[in-house]
Amino acid sequence: MNPDWIWGLIGGLMIGTAAAGFLLINGRVMGISGIYGGLIDGSGRANWRERAAFVAGLIAVPALLAPLIGGQTHITANWGLIVAGGVLVGLGTRLANGCTSGHGVCGISRLSLRGSVATLVYIAAGAVTVVGLRAGMAGL
Amino acid sequence: MRAVFAAIAGGLFGAGLLLSGMVDTIKVQGFLDFFGAWDPTLAFVMGGAIAPMAVAWFVASRRAGPVLGGPYPARPVQSLGADLIVGSVMFGMGWALVGLCPGPALASLAFGGWGGLVFLCAMSAAMLAAPYMRRAAGWRPPTD
Repeated sequence: MNPDWIWGLIGGLMIGTAAAGFLLINGRVMGISGIYGGLIDGSGRANWRERAAFVAGLIAVPALLAPLIGGQTHITANWGLIVAGGVLVGLGTRLANGCTSGHGVCGISRLSLRGSVATLVYIAAGAVTVVGLRAGMAGL
Repeated sequence: MRAVFAAIAGGLFGAGLLLSGMVDTIKVQGFLDFFGAWDPTLAFVMGGAIAPMAVAWFVASRRAGPVLGGPYPARPVQSLGADLIVGSVMFGMGWALVGLCPGPALASLAFGGWGGLVFLCAMSAAMLAAPYMRRAAGWRPPTD
């Protein structure tokens, strides 16, 4: 089996374990757009410490591990795409009230209709967008 | 205590994103490239994450409440509104354009360079603007 897939499975198990612990210990759904969105817009004021601590761990641990195990990413150098992508992700996740972690991991595992439909819709929209992106890069 | 366990969960989530390669925008865009050189890694990550979480929901259904007290999150009203569909379409488009969703956008902050930081700023500003768009569209406040 492709080592990338095995690492994907291992990383996925860690993500799922984090979500399971957050539910069974803290009693919260591990949805990042909700945790972070509620932190910055003030709607999550009542439990802001919990939110801030989660986000701090999410930023700090990869920052510490990346130099050791080689974190790499390939963010485009096209500023227009970066800003458009950020705006669409920010608006979209708050309007749909969830992203890959909340609707995907936590919703599907609960057999939630909303989470499952949202996940199918954003993967389909993403697939169509990648086709357009590839065509744009090839043709323009 | 709640903050300590939240930080541990956030850290474990971040480590999982890093090890699985999901902070790498090429792998995410590769998963969405169904008609090209499809990279199935994200499906393994999703499957690996859903399995323990499904067990957790089952355990939660058998227990009175979370370890640190308070209630378990209520099951959201299962309505498929326009906000869910339109929002998910927008999210999917943005996700594909750059290869980042909110978790990896935060997790790769340390090594994502200026591009990652600008993405996070644009995403944060749009999150603050979302309630105004929701109101303008006449959609009700979220239920979950």
